[in-house]
Amino acid sequence: MSGGALFLAVFLACAVEAVEATTIVLAAGTARDWRSATSGLVAALITLAVLIAALGPALSAVPLHALRLVVGALLLVFGLQWLRKAILRASGYKALHDEAQIYADEIAAARDVPRQRRLAVPDWYAFTLAFKGVVLEGLEVVFIALTFGTNQHNLPLASLAAGAAVVVVAGVGVAVRAPLARVPENSMKFVVGVMLTAFGTFWGAEGADASWPGSDAALPILVASYAILAFGLVALLRRRREPASEVPLSLVGQR
Amino acid sequence: MIRWLRQFGAFWYDFVIGDDWRVAFGVVLALAATYGLHRARLPAWWVVPVVVAMLLPYSLWRATRPAKAVVTPSVPPTP
Repeated sequence: MSGGALFLAVFLACAVEAVEATTIVLAAGTARDWRSATSGLVAALITLAVLIAALGPALSAVPLHALRLVVGALLLVFGLQWLRKAILRASGYKALHDEAQIYADEIAAARDVPRQRRLAVPDWYAFTLAFKGVVLEGLEVVFIALTFGTNQHNLPLASLAAGAAVVVVAGVGVAVRAPLARVPENSMKFVVGVMLTAFGTFWGAEGADASWPGSDAALPILVASYAILAFGLVALLRRRREPASEVPLSLVGQR
Repeated sequence: MIRWLRQFGAFWYDFVIGDDWRVAFGVVLALAATYGLHRARLPAWWVVPVVVAMLLPYSLWRATRPAKAVVTPSVPPTP
């Protein structure tokens, strides 16, 4: 895999998560207290940095073969989850991820909770809201950056891509002080879903001792094949939905 | 404490397994089958892509099928 592909995959994945985390921090700051929300954000970033510092060297020490099997399996599961959601959204079976609506909901929920001072934090609710949001969204970012970087022996480039995504998204978020509703989050999630599924397939099968015909050349073929499969499924679901749009769907357990 | 443990477990389940456990289960089976075929000295690279091509439509089909109508049992006529 070229450095460009590694950078793109990690950058896009991290940007999607960063958009979601930015929305939560903005809501906590706007509706409650900026100082507490910023403290929560900083505490979460420190937690994630500690996690990277602890997991990075540990992952590098794991034999590459075993790492590829475990990481491949996890990336494949993550990738299929992302792709499944992206296909459901693109075909109209699931509401598009709407940052403006999420922001409005968070603001409404945050305004109802009474203010409480704890551990020198003026507003504990704003702190925990920002902290939780950034840690939860950031965990996936950390996992993707670490595994891609370790597998490709280029952890600095993967970290740079993750850092660049976070800086760009957070910078724009702070500049506009509004949810980043114009970011094509659903399309990005679609692309990342295809890429994670392809990388997961490639590394997982290698970890299970399979040899790919054409070696690394199999990876772009996997990406293209999964993209065609995903677009085909979107078209199929759209066509199926048109005559049955009035029927209630069993979309149970969807995030 | 039990509530915290339950929340902790639910978080990791949601983080790793996600919306459809069948997908995660299918991935594990596919990788096990790949390893098994390799041990039997057979080509094994094709297993995971084929399983993905079956799992994804299956999971989507389950998520988008129309909800079953709730059937309320009728009251038997009193003799």
